[in-house]
Amino acid sequence: MRSRLLVSSLFTAMALIPVTPAIADELTVSVELPVLEVAEYHEPYVALWIENEKGESTNLAVWYQLEERGQKSDKGEEWLKDMRQWWRRIGRDTDMPVDGVSGATRAPGKHTVTFTEGKAPLGKLKNGNYVLIVEAAREVGGREVVKVPFTWPAKAAANQSAKGSKELGEVKLSLTP
Amino acid sequence: MNHFFKTTFCTALVICLPLTAQAHRAWLLPSATVLSSDDAWVSIDAAVSNDIFHADHAPMRTEGIVVTAPDGATLPVQNAVTGKFRSVFDVQLPQKGTYKIAVASSGLMARWETETGERKMWPGRGEKANPADFDKMVPKQAKNLEVSQFSRRMETFVTSGSPTESVLKATKQGLELIPVTHPNDLFSGEAASFQFLIDGKPAVGVKVTIIPGGMRYRNEQAAIEVESDKKGNISVTWPQAGMYWLNANYRDEKAKKPATVRSGSYAATFEVLPE
Repeated sequence: MRSRLLVSSLFTAMALIPVTPAIADELTVSVELPVLEVAEYHEPYVALWIENEKGESTNLAVWYQLEERGQKSDKGEEWLKDMRQWWRRIGRDTDMPVDGVSGATRAPGKHTVTFTEGKAPLGKLKNGNYVLIVEAAREVGGREVVKVPFTWPAKAAANQSAKGSKELGEVKLSLTP
Repeated sequence: MNHFFKTTFCTALVICLPLTAQAHRAWLLPSATVLSSDDAWVSIDAAVSNDIFHADHAPMRTEGIVVTAPDGATLPVQNAVTGKFRSVFDVQLPQKGTYKIAVASSGLMARWETETGERKMWPGRGEKANPADFDKMVPKQAKNLEVSQFSRRMETFVTSGSPTESVLKATKQGLELIPVTHPNDLFSGEAASFQFLIDGKPAVGVKVTIIPGGMRYRNEQAAIEVESDKKGNISVTWPQAGMYWLNANYRDEKAKKPATVRSGSYAATFEVLPE
């Protein structure tokens, strides 16, 4: 603990002198959930994960029903499989909930989440090409997957984005080297 | 007692379509709707689920299901089984013509809030309404008191031989669909017309949602949304062959006292054959 603190202060001190700031590498994802004019609206289940070129996945965030009538409940796990690609890649071999990954469903709007390299759930990332995948599935609604490719680590601060057509709005990925 | 209350008595035994009908869709799915055999049978699935025709949530009870033969006789439901996610039953079709397989209920329902803001409803969730209790159980005046006269109906049609019209006549109770185009004569690419009636009169502005089966194998609902016109009519052109689930909802303020709101829901399953 102390040594890490020391190291980071050292880094900070160094950073003050010349070139790169020693902020940890970060990956920030902004997910837009569109407002939908439908007779019956339920907030969608949403999963965020990245895949490397070998197809290995890192589970970043899953927003789903964690409660029933105000109590913690596993009931909402019944529909996790509706995020079909996430279920195939990650969900079926994962015991949910996962700390730092599971979260409640979110209302329409833009939601930003930041993941830090070296820390759960992102962990240590090898250099290479990746794809950020966001999948949304809505009860009595539709399902959509949006992918944003990126290269790690970013050489400079970079923004990439892709747009969904129905269930997802803009998915924006910002990389901070 | 008036006719309205009698209906309630008659239908009290009928299945309780979930009061939280939202998010849960009840459906009947016949194994076939057009039959040519001299010893014709159909097998019917009855369930409640979000994904149309995928039984993955709850079975529908079969007790209230009424099969009407072309000559008006009521036929028994046979070999009924209720499993975890669906009920299944058989219907034998001894006569030529069109059969109606339906479940319907109607009655009074009330919602209100107490002075402390507690939400109340009558009948309570999952309880049967005894109309005689209305005066005793429902306050005359309360915050947000709404008394509604409701009707629910779900049906499907099957035909042995040539289609006939006798079972398509209106009962003049609640929200009903009167086929202008015969329900067992539907083909992809062709337009079909239906009329909605509420208590026997054209129902204007009925909100109708039509969803093709096989929802698991696509990424959207693919719902067709229409509203009935001044005569209660709708017209639908079927985009492809398959089984379709039609759901309709209606509401107005022309209720019989003590109700202030009249509401009706209707659901049907139609088979559309390839052109």
